[in-house]
Amino acid sequence: MPFRHRLSVLAAGALFAVLGMTLGATAAKAQNTLLNVSYDPTREFYVEINKAFAQKWQKDGGGKITIKQSHGGSGKQARSVIDGLDADVVTLALAYDIDAIADAGLLPKDWMARLPDNSAPYTSTIVFLVRKGNPKQIKDWNDLVKPGVAVVTPNPKTSGGARWNYLGAWAYALAQNNNDEGKAKAFVGDLFKNVPVLDSGARGATVTFTQRGIGDVLLAWENEAYLSLQEFGADKFEIVVPSLSILAEPSVAVVDSVVDRKGTRKLAEAYLQFLYSPEGQEIAAKNFYRPRLKELATRYADRFANVKLVTIDQSFGGWRKAQETHFADGGVFDQIYQKGR
Amino acid sequence: MLAKTSGQRPALDDRSWVRGLLILSALAFLLLFLVLPLVSVFVEAFRRGVGAYWDALIEPDALSAIHLTLIVAAIAVPLNLVFGVAASWCISKFDFRGKGLLITLIDLPFSVSPVISGIIYVLLFGLHGVVGPFLKSQGIQIIFAVPGLVLATIFVTFPFVARELIPLMQEQGTEEEEAALVLGASGWQTFWRVTLPNIKWGLMYGVLLCNARAMGEFGAVSVVSGHIRGETNTMPLHVEILYNEYNFVAAFSVASVLAMLALVTLVAKTALEWRFGAELAATRH
Amino acid sequence: MVAASSTDDAALPSSGGTVLSVLKKPSVIPGFGLTMGFTLAYLGLIVLLPLAALAVKAAGLGWAGFWNAVLTPRVLAAFEISFGLSLLAAAINAVFGFVVAWVLVRYRFPGAKIVDALVDLPFALPTAVAGIALSALYAPNGWIGQLLMDWFGLKVAFTPLGIAIALTFIGLPFVVRTVQPILQDLPPEEEEAAASLGATRWQSFRRVVFPSLFPALLTGFALAFARGVGEYGSVIFIAGNMPGVSEIVPLLIVIKLEQYDYAGAAAVATLMLAASFLLLLILNLLQAWMRSRHAR
Repeated sequence: MPFRHRLSVLAAGALFAVLGMTLGATAAKAQNTLLNVSYDPTREFYVEINKAFAQKWQKDGGGKITIKQSHGGSGKQARSVIDGLDADVVTLALAYDIDAIADAGLLPKDWMARLPDNSAPYTSTIVFLVRKGNPKQIKDWNDLVKPGVAVVTPNPKTSGGARWNYLGAWAYALAQNNNDEGKAKAFVGDLFKNVPVLDSGARGATVTFTQRGIGDVLLAWENEAYLSLQEFGADKFEIVVPSLSILAEPSVAVVDSVVDRKGTRKLAEAYLQFLYSPEGQEIAAKNFYRPRLKELATRYADRFANVKLVTIDQSFGGWRKAQETHFADGGVFDQIYQKGR
Repeated sequence: MLAKTSGQRPALDDRSWVRGLLILSALAFLLLFLVLPLVSVFVEAFRRGVGAYWDALIEPDALSAIHLTLIVAAIAVPLNLVFGVAASWCISKFDFRGKGLLITLIDLPFSVSPVISGIIYVLLFGLHGVVGPFLKSQGIQIIFAVPGLVLATIFVTFPFVARELIPLMQEQGTEEEEAALVLGASGWQTFWRVTLPNIKWGLMYGVLLCNARAMGEFGAVSVVSGHIRGETNTMPLHVEILYNEYNFVAAFSVASVLAMLALVTLVAKTALEWRFGAELAATRH
Repeated sequence: MVAASSTDDAALPSSGGTVLSVLKKPSVIPGFGLTMGFTLAYLGLIVLLPLAALAVKAAGLGWAGFWNAVLTPRVLAAFEISFGLSLLAAAINAVFGFVVAWVLVRYRFPGAKIVDALVDLPFALPTAVAGIALSALYAPNGWIGQLLMDWFGLKVAFTPLGIAIALTFIGLPFVVRTVQPILQDLPPEEEEAAASLGATRWQSFRRVVFPSLFPALLTGFALAFARGVGEYGSVIFIAGNMPGVSEIVPLLIVIKLEQYDYAGAAAVATLMLAASFLLLLILNLLQAWMRSRHAR
């Protein structure tokens, strides 16, 4: 059947020729570009880091480099990497999302041990952002479950920040009730009954609260809360620090399968090391991330409230366990929501 | 209100209060749902003056988003144009079994949710998809790169040209082509000299709508984009990113460019309908 | 792509006997093989193959697994929301779209031409732009949202009502554009006859005009409904995205994907696809009905 053969070859050929042409533009040019796939609130931070690192790299004789950024909800970003988004490094909101990438075989399962401090060069915590004058008198977590208080938080199933929010509330409830899990569940359930909007990412939630005027209190990353004050002026919002919160450790990792294919391992590793350098730590501190370096932590101490912080390992037995118990399908979060209906 | 009815046919006249009420409610509805949203885009865009507006548009990421949107449309629209002509040729000029099914399948992308249009390509070309691993080993990137954006855009704009042309060509029948062929013209000559002049306005109409959708698609490209700044963000995606960065003026500035594009589309469409209304009438269902 | 197999030499002007197996009657017009081949190849590569990948992924769950993934309260609630609110929006459009079509065809008023052109705006305006514009307008601090809040204490943005607004916007042209041409071609004699027989204006509308327009109205309604069910871009900006309250099916699919639940996402997407198929089928039947009524 020569004609039919010719036809399908012709049709398919035409199609793929065009696709091929567009490929030329995107493939190649690998070695001196780096793609950093990150989560929502780090946009401004990594813009600064990228600039500083590119300058340093060039000064050290490494040549001119381009660093590209991609931002979105942490889970969504990890999913894109799993599906083949060519991330040389991932800088996500929580370790579990990088675990998921490791489970897909793109980097070794012991990735966390490869860099200091659990591969988290900076930390943060969860604070409350309230409207100026704090009209609802919100001081601590237990004020969030009061009737008539509208709480804005993103969806813990898609947003990394929202999982920290959720776990912060849970940790507080445990501390208040002698580690009674049932009471903690009821407390978090009451809290989520007060949530009028559930955005899919931290940024969406901030926009809803600050721009759209929804809610009395926003549960936010510390850095995101400070950034909002900077963006919109301290005359509109204020920050409330609860009595207890959670130590959020946003993790970073090199994606081995990508850097080995693209030949960017050296660059990618240097990039992550830079985050631990005094210069990188200073940029982190300036962007309201808590630096790991003692010296900078003391210098910027007045920026960060002294609050009792619990860790995910102590209170929840690590991310995998927390994920399975709370956020997996049919987990505690789903139970809370189904009961609410 | 200067409202008048057609006048010559008194039996078709409504009472003036009915007339007034209906016109008022129609206008109020359109004002609320069409005009105000459109106006608000421009008001928000110029909130901080022309300078800020212009700055938002010439910023490198915005320029690259505009560039990418143009590239994607420049590939997707011609491909769908060729397909539309081919499909409507075989559907309208021949009688064959399964024609109804074929038309339904061509229409299908129109009723598929844009999100699904994106996901199918992730499932196919993703690293854990059907052919993704093979392509990756060959160094070919489909999703999270321009080809994926093009594919998703082709999918959502798939039926546009064909839908305009099929009814038009069916209406026109085959006599003229048959006459040309009898007079000794070749197949291609017949197409270029006889068919194409007959369908050119319908074709333009379809391309216009196809292009508007191609440049404005959000859901499908959002799933396959990967959101690499300056690289895989089309204009609608760039709008979302700016919006999420608290940069509302810039978000609405880029949105206003898209809105202007929509207005240009409407004007061109109206002009086409106005001049070639009779010819296009068949394409209106 | 099988159908092309028997059309090997159909591109030649004098087609041979093999074509008869596909073509119902031979034709002197060339290019059947070429155009049919290209159409099927393109359709197969761009539409059918990827959709098949979706179905295969969902089938990987098995029959029980599929229903387990789909019959959860959250998924069912999302379907209820998507279909319910699309129905509401389509109903709003049926009423006001009908009025707009009536006004545009029957009355003359200044600016009618502009209004007519503007009706197609939702076709041309990118959905993301519509989304941010509507949420800016209807948010509690937006132009309309503020008024609704002050006057009625009504919250629109970030509630199911907001979704209905967005869906009304994107479905607006359908009813107008299906009713308008039919109304235009309606022979005036019937109404005149009714009037001469002593019918009031309302009676002649109800008994004569409306029945002839009904198929078109229903078609426009169904088109608006079908469009609304799948809509994503304009809705996510204005919806509160609360599971079980304002979470639409397309968003749920995206969320499932973001949670690495590929099979679950594929299952919900497949069900949605089946619903689209069904809607398309109903639409085709409606359109056939409309044509037969109109031709009469």
